[in-house]
Amino acid sequence: MNRSRKIGNIGRYIFLSLAALVSIFPFIWMIIGSTNTASDITQGKLTFGTELLNNFRKLNEMVSLGTSLKNSAIIAIVSTLLLLLIASMAGYGFEIYRTKIKDKAYTLLLLTMMIPFAAIMIPLFRMFAEVKLIDSLLAVILPTIATPFMVFFFRQNTKSFSRELIQAARVDGLNEFQIFLYIYIPTMKSTYAAAGIIAFMTSWNNFLWPLIILQSEAKKTITLVISSLSSAYFPEYGVIMVAIVIATLPTILIFFLLQRYFVEGMLGSIK
Amino acid sequence: MPKHNTNKMQMQSNKEHDRLHKRYKSKLEKSSTGWNFAMFALVLSALFMIYPIISSLMLSTQSGKGVLYEFVGFGNIVRLVQDNNFWTALKNTSIYFVFQVPIMLTLALVIANMLNSKTLKGRGFFRTAIFLPCVTSLVAYSILFKSMFGADGIVNSTLMAVNIINEPIAWLRDPFWAKVTVIVAITWRWTGYNMIFYLAGLQNIDPYLYEAADIDGASKTRQFFHITVPLLKPIIVYTAIMSTIGTLQLFDEVVNLTSGGASTPSLNATMTLSQYIYDLSFKYVPNFGYAATVSLVVVVLIAILSLVQFKLAGDSNE
Repeated sequence: MNRSRKIGNIGRYIFLSLAALVSIFPFIWMIIGSTNTASDITQGKLTFGTELLNNFRKLNEMVSLGTSLKNSAIIAIVSTLLLLLIASMAGYGFEIYRTKIKDKAYTLLLLTMMIPFAAIMIPLFRMFAEVKLIDSLLAVILPTIATPFMVFFFRQNTKSFSRELIQAARVDGLNEFQIFLYIYIPTMKSTYAAAGIIAFMTSWNNFLWPLIILQSEAKKTITLVISSLSSAYFPEYGVIMVAIVIATLPTILIFFLLQRYFVEGMLGSIK
Repeated sequence: MPKHNTNKMQMQSNKEHDRLHKRYKSKLEKSSTGWNFAMFALVLSALFMIYPIISSLMLSTQSGKGVLYEFVGFGNIVRLVQDNNFWTALKNTSIYFVFQVPIMLTLALVIANMLNSKTLKGRGFFRTAIFLPCVTSLVAYSILFKSMFGADGIVNSTLMAVNIINEPIAWLRDPFWAKVTVIVAITWRWTGYNMIFYLAGLQNIDPYLYEAADIDGASKTRQFFHITVPLLKPIIVYTAIMSTIGTLQLFDEVVNLTSGGASTPSLNATMTLSQYIYDLSFKYVPNFGYAATVSLVVVVLIAILSLVQFKLAGDSNE
């Protein structure tokens, strides 16, 4: 009994180490790859090379890296800020000023979560074509700030927001919007952080909608640039790896610096 | 009844009326302030979710190329039934979720269960490592996998070095192995994600239950199936629904893993429904009407599968 437990215990470590190795390996692969040539990468070279600067230089020749990073950053930052404001206001409104009819509207809003993007992308494209917003960053941003999941996330978290605080603020003479602005937002900082991280990552990594709506090179995001580089007949993997490292760096940083909020934001849906 | 008494009653009822009126007024205020707060979100989702889905429904009754459309009623559905590409895309998508979702969720549950043990050393490291794939963009990791699964790539050479295979596998070009590669890739990206949900759920299970089971002499395996799994069921159902919805919308991975250049398999081998909808709308001569019809199939599938999973969860709870 004791012996088989011991074997089971060792098996557990072997299994978890293997899982951890498989999980981390592509990251190591990407970093090593960024220092190697394309042919070294396709042949599975596992040691660092000397091509990093060369790859970086080639990347800058092939695409306008700065522009695409700037586009990605603008889209991600603007849509995160707008989404946070709009979703938190709605979550607050639905929870604090609860009425029967509002609950019905809220349920309807949640139902739209089930709508797959594939089912609305064609009408969305046609809408933006009609108002001549194709190939604009605004067109990328607008549909993403209507995210019912975020409203849900904020409403769930608002349930624990103290009603006495609201009453006290009313006595102090604050109006309803001031209460939201000066009391609610500072109190809910960690909820905002969690939601913000998820929103930022989703936007930064978004592919299908930008692919449809952005057409000129000058408007492309870093994700689109990476994808188009890799669809070449002979993909320049060394160059692509450099681009992937650059595009993944912000998200890895956010993850390690704000891991607690990251997990909180993810789990928000099952609270 | 003395007169002054009636007066008093009258007054009282006036007061009551005032009070009710005030309450009504404050309720009205409460109601309109709430609507003001929710307005932006409601308007935006009406504009960018509800209007498009209604528009999709209407589009699905039309057909045409480019800008000329005509009403065809159920014509698109008739075309759908006879469209081999559609059935292939549907079959591929189903293969992905029928195999990938259970494999991934089982893995996630087993790992979470191991990580939940108090005696395990290095829990933090294992948890972070296994969760890390979640930070990559779908496009980036698909390309990483594409570069590893080439004909003479690192995966083949490793598998040959440890004698698991004798000759290289055409991971990306062979229709069967291309699907396997997609499944492996998605599992890599999302297992840690689901694991986090299970870990959170496991923390809510009373440790006393396991102690009691230990005293009763129940093995760890029995405890897993008779305590852990039933108590995690709501979360398991939730992750199953979310994963199913995700797999039904698969696009980024398939496009970036198996398209482009020398490694392209016969296009249909990995094509998903979302990809087919995209191709119909933006790659071939656009036929938005027919593409909308295909997209509604995804909506219906998601609705049905979610209902089935909710039902399953409800039934065995009783």
